[in-house]
Amino acid sequence: MDKLRRTMMFVPGANAAMLRDCTLYGADSIMFDLEDAVSMKEKDTARMLVYSALKTFDYSSVETVVRINALDFGGVQDITAMVLGGIQVIRLPKTETAQDIKAVDAAITKVEKAYDIPVGRTHMMAAIESAAGVLNAREIAQASPRMIGIALGAEDYLTSQKTYRHEDGAELSFARNFILHAAREAGIAAIDTVYTDLDNEAGLIRETKLIKQLGFDGKSVINPRQIPVIHQIFAPTQKQVVKAQKIVAGLKEAEAKGAGVVSVNGQMVDKPVVERAQFTLELAKASNMETEVD
Amino acid sequence: MVENKLGRQIPEPYASQYGVYTGEFTHIKHYQRAAAKVQPVKPRQPKLMQSIHDAIVATGLKDGMTISFHHHFREGDYVMNMVMAEIAKMGIKNLSLAPSSISNVHAPLIDYIKSGVVTNITSSGLRDKLGAAISNGIMANPVVIRSHGGRARAIASGDIHIDVAFLGAPSADEYGNINGVNGKATCGSLGYAKIDAKYADKVVAITDTLVPYPNTPIAIPQTDVDYVVQVDAIGDPKGIAKGAARFTKDPKELLIAQYAAQVITASDYFKPGFSFQTGSGGSSLAVTRYLKQAMEKQNVHASFALGGITSAMVSLMRAGLVDNLLDVQDFDHPSAESLAEDPHHYEIDAEMYASPLSKGSVINQLDVAVLSALEVDTKYNVNVITGSDGVIRGASGGHSDTAAACKMSLVIAPLIRGRIPTIVDDVNTVVTPGASVDVVVTEVGIAINPKRQDLMAMFKDLNVPQFTIQELRDKAYAVTGTPAKIHYGDRPVALIEYRDGTLIDVVNHV
Repeated sequence: MDKLRRTMMFVPGANAAMLRDCTLYGADSIMFDLEDAVSMKEKDTARMLVYSALKTFDYSSVETVVRINALDFGGVQDITAMVLGGIQVIRLPKTETAQDIKAVDAAITKVEKAYDIPVGRTHMMAAIESAAGVLNAREIAQASPRMIGIALGAEDYLTSQKTYRHEDGAELSFARNFILHAAREAGIAAIDTVYTDLDNEAGLIRETKLIKQLGFDGKSVINPRQIPVIHQIFAPTQKQVVKAQKIVAGLKEAEAKGAGVVSVNGQMVDKPVVERAQFTLELAKASNMETEVD
Repeated sequence: MVENKLGRQIPEPYASQYGVYTGEFTHIKHYQRAAAKVQPVKPRQPKLMQSIHDAIVATGLKDGMTISFHHHFREGDYVMNMVMAEIAKMGIKNLSLAPSSISNVHAPLIDYIKSGVVTNITSSGLRDKLGAAISNGIMANPVVIRSHGGRARAIASGDIHIDVAFLGAPSADEYGNINGVNGKATCGSLGYAKIDAKYADKVVAITDTLVPYPNTPIAIPQTDVDYVVQVDAIGDPKGIAKGAARFTKDPKELLIAQYAAQVITASDYFKPGFSFQTGSGGSSLAVTRYLKQAMEKQNVHASFALGGITSAMVSLMRAGLVDNLLDVQDFDHPSAESLAEDPHHYEIDAEMYASPLSKGSVINQLDVAVLSALEVDTKYNVNVITGSDGVIRGASGGHSDTAAACKMSLVIAPLIRGRIPTIVDDVNTVVTPGASVDVVVTEVGIAINPKRQDLMAMFKDLNVPQFTIQELRDKAYAVTGTPAKIHYGDRPVALIEYRDGTLIDVVNHV
């Protein structure tokens, strides 16, 4: 079943207090940032802090992701520390080609082998932040079996496109749709870019509704305040929940009878629909809705 | 040494002199109310003095007497330093200082302690340099820390007898009618000063805004005032009352506030006509804001809010969600202005607010109180007075009063501050006993005092993570490690009075 990735919260790697507190706000994923949120002179500090945090704090309620530096810019050291810390996902910024992913994959494999960690335990995702990256998204998404998602990084991308963020998001429609298709083709998650205007809740709502409609799994967030807003929009409707409950009840009935086919109200239900229903209930539970199946 | 009910060791002779804490309401007994000596004022006899010096001479202030001040001007106060400088110059010694509280700005007191002008202090709290100096043992006699209600009780029962009260007056007339709502430096309510005016033998009003007789509204009446002195400035308006505090954007403070508001709104107390008190900290203000949303949504309005009034409470009253504000002090400028403007915003004195020995104080009618803490221990005892280094840096305030009397007390605090755990095995210093604390609210979740089984049942389905207080402590210690014990000396530097006058704890020198 799909994993919930409605919100992926950026946490600056050099901020010890935020490393401690970041799990409080209900984000599905935490993305420790060793890259742009960390100044040059704090790169080592941040790497050691995030490593220690992974070893010290209880992150079992979230998915842990780390944004590493480029491989020739401390990224190799980042990978070593993060894999040893037990990070779940390594996110490569500014991904342009499948080769970028393959290089990181190789670096991870090297560390896993060196330290007797099962090869493949560490997952990967790619952030796409340029025209080349968007156009290569299909190859990037399929470049490694470690890949679990791709994310759009709009700020750099739009600068390279010679434009900037607009209210209606038309400037991002190609990139969003293309990345989404690439992700779906590869069977991995698609995460939308951050919404940077923190005080514009209406804008965040509008953009989140749009990307949900398109089919994104969720959004990157830069402030805990954005999390409940996004989760609210991703919450299923009561009607969807009731329908999903019926389907899952049908599944249980079928399992009890030993039947191979799930049916609801006499109609046969396909496997993908059953899986979607299970995901809807998962989402409903995460949205604090009633999900008891009688 | 005598061990009190909380297991705290109280040394002699203080244990015998004050008695030791035996429970929240075990020392509530009838008593003869104290009264001020009155020197009647005859017709055509002026009260206006030319200077603070002349007023001090007129009061007959002598070595060994007790003087008092109010703390409504907080960090903007000029009055205490001005008067103490004059007293020191006049060579008066061995005074007992009994202000309602002491702020950072009063650090010059250190010199007057060293020179023997001041030899005893009682106060709600001590801050900064003075707190550190006293913790380091600068005084021969321990400071007596009293809650706001406890001070009113001590004055009314004669435990504190004020010989001369020097009261900063935002506005006054020549005959001593005072209010805090007009003048150059307004503070709003004069709730703490009212007690001093009523019970002190001699009362000097010190003002920078002398207005024609009669100065109305009258907060402190001419019948309680002996002398009036005009000075250039009684305080710095910026230090007295700030503008409306901006709502916090700190996500952790907001989370704590949200959990607190969820606890309150899910309780049986949250119904039309309920009452509440919240403080002025970031989380506390945010609780008020979240309450406002819930009150609007569920159409629940409150009969009164108490405090410690903030502009957040004023906005609730103006939105028709709170019928009355009962105001012992104002935390910001808009609430001080509201006291002058809003007819249902009432000034009350400290005795009416919180005294355990009054004929029923307002806190006895209070449903819900939201209080802060420096530390909470696994017995739910709360420390608001000493820091993690054992140094006195806080104030007792109305904490133990409100917690004891209200129907449900919430203590809100982050699990960890910096690298210091807030939830601990044993607080350094007990100010409020665990018996008075019902729910501890942190950013990771809440802990309900097991003595409140009714609340446990009430919040069974509450969508807020719930832990035992021991689990909260474990979560804090998992990050910070177990804190090392503070090494205190053997000399008491502060006696912590419970609101009833018994000793709940003692602070030794560090």
